[in-house]
Amino acid sequence: MSDNLLHVKDVETYYGNIRALGGVEVEVKRGEIVCMIGANGAGKSTLMMTICGSPQARTGSVTFEGQDITRMPTHEIARLRIAQSPEGRRIFPRMTVYENLQMGASLDNLKYFNEDVEKIFTLFPRLKERQSQRGGTLSGGEQQMLSIGRALMARPKLLLLDEPSLGLAPLIVKGIFAAIKKLNEEEGLTVFLVEQNAFAALKLSHRGYVMVNGKVTMSGSGRELLANPEVRAAYLEGGHH
Amino acid sequence: MANMTNTPESAGSNLMARALREGFYAGLVALGLFVLFVGLKTDQNILNELILVQRWGLLAIFVVIAAVGRFLSVAFIRPYLAERKAEKAAAPVKDANFFVRNFSMIAIAVLIVYPPIMVGLFGFQGSLKWVDNFGIQILIYVMLAWGLNIVVGLAGLLDLGYVAFYAVGAYSYALLSSHFGLSFWILLPMAGIFAALWGVILGFPVLRLKGDYLAIVTLAFGEIIRLVLINWTAVTKGTFGISGIAKASVFGIWSFDVSATNNFAKVFGLPMSSSYYKIFLFYLILALCLLTAFVTIRLRRMPIGRAWEALREDEIACRSLGINTVTTKLTAFATGAMFGGFAGSFFAVRQGFVSPESFVFLESAIILAIVVLGGMGSLIGIAIAATLMIGGTELLREMEFLKHIFGPDFTPELYRMLIFGLAMIIVMVWKPRGFVGSREPTAFLRERKSVSGSFTKEGHG
Repeated sequence: MSDNLLHVKDVETYYGNIRALGGVEVEVKRGEIVCMIGANGAGKSTLMMTICGSPQARTGSVTFEGQDITRMPTHEIARLRIAQSPEGRRIFPRMTVYENLQMGASLDNLKYFNEDVEKIFTLFPRLKERQSQRGGTLSGGEQQMLSIGRALMARPKLLLLDEPSLGLAPLIVKGIFAAIKKLNEEEGLTVFLVEQNAFAALKLSHRGYVMVNGKVTMSGSGRELLANPEVRAAYLEGGHH
Repeated sequence: MANMTNTPESAGSNLMARALREGFYAGLVALGLFVLFVGLKTDQNILNELILVQRWGLLAIFVVIAAVGRFLSVAFIRPYLAERKAEKAAAPVKDANFFVRNFSMIAIAVLIVYPPIMVGLFGFQGSLKWVDNFGIQILIYVMLAWGLNIVVGLAGLLDLGYVAFYAVGAYSYALLSSHFGLSFWILLPMAGIFAALWGVILGFPVLRLKGDYLAIVTLAFGEIIRLVLINWTAVTKGTFGISGIAKASVFGIWSFDVSATNNFAKVFGLPMSSSYYKIFLFYLILALCLLTAFVTIRLRRMPIGRAWEALREDEIACRSLGINTVTTKLTAFATGAMFGGFAGSFFAVRQGFVSPESFVFLESAIILAIVVLGGMGSLIGIAIAATLMIGGTELLREMEFLKHIFGPDFTPELYRMLIFGLAMIIVMVWKPRGFVGSREPTAFLRERKSVSGSFTKEGHG
């Protein structure tokens, strides 16, 4: 159990009377990259937000490092070092890149700020060039880098990424995924990501889950899922991006 | 292609023709608009009969102004502005000159020497108008707008009931000083604390609200406070208000009461005059303003200030970064309200009289308008906006010469709201983000450098 960092157990989440998640079971172990793939509206982002406690799960439980976080408010969950790069990136548009990173380090009150900001700038050199520019003036790819960078500033134990490839050119997606892989291999960062770009996500991940209509229908190692004919038919047809 | 053969000359004559045409249309529209409002006027004659007064001359003036204005704007002003814009874009970014770089220091220095200069120019009695009506009046609004700026400009919580905290501060001082005889220097912080408390009380129920919904509730809150002040006659004396509020003293050392033995003028052997008190009040409100500015600038660089600004940008992102949005919002409400309370107690001390009429919704609207006009979040922009708006309305009272143009019945200050509105429209068209629209970053890696990004508008990409 001790290598189990995050455990989502039988979680059901509702928006009003509409059930968005119907008994989802997900495990993320320390040092893993795990992905959840699925079509639009399958409930991937809802799962992500449920882990962060907004909205909270109606039944079931979310456990992080053995601690039940199902009913915790969002900001307290974040303080357990679960950092998120949310859907739509949600950077602070009128603040500069540098200030955005500063906001990410709020938890430690900037104790490791200088050290960490250098690390982010090595990981994403584009952000260094743009550091005094306002977040809203960045391109989509740069905003995504900033969003991930800001999440990393919190020194997370678990990094949640919601569709990091959304709306980005393939080359930029490749760069961002390479950065995630590097973080995982060099620092042992645990990553849980939600993706529509199934091929890239499964190739990056150790393990993957497939979500259909609020339920996990398949799981396995990244390679297994890539080879699975059903997954291929549903998510990978139309060529490898 | 026809367009490509256009020489500059033909373009010029095209422009003139277009300007003439548009000027003519503008005149026509003005004629249609004003013929009934301006051209004809109903009046009563001596026999109490309704008669129609025809004012074709005045109508002609309106129409000519519209037509000529439009013509000039299309033919000259717009091409000139476009040219200047192009020139500005082509020119390299210049370093701001000495005046712009040290604007706030220069402004503070000017304000400090302002009362002596006015006394020197107009004498003690003559300086009253300039120190009191202009100086103190403007500085009160500067302080109120800076206080509201924390709530609206930094934390992004639209508050239409800010005047409520102003009222709480004013009545706290008025009631506590007349019932318990406490001095201004004890009651000033107490008024701030009371107002902050009310800020938290208002903050709690509206924590989940945002934008328009929040604005409506704060508007209601402002009205509730005013109605309580009107109807709770046992304590507040209702619409009669509370009069005879004690004056402030110079830290209890010198008093401004005529009968007191330690009267300022008596101690220094000066001739009796009310202007000493006004000059003292001027420095008092100046100090309060500087305190507000200092606290705001410091807070912006501290975690709580950064959290406010982040909250304005994106609440969900804030929460996912571990920021407690509840306490962040409440501290913004409380801090803003506290400065409103300070300003309120100063207002009570200055007027010597408070009544609910001073705390109507219009006051909230004016303070909010100053914040928006100045550029949300910018202290200097807001101070400029307050000076123009409040100084401008005070200046209207001085414009006696307008009576010679529009007749002796003309009272310029009745038009102040019209001018206020017009000025707002013009500023918002011309500078949609207020006088100082760009947000000044609070953190830099090594040293600040001007990057093209700070001159561009935000986009979504």
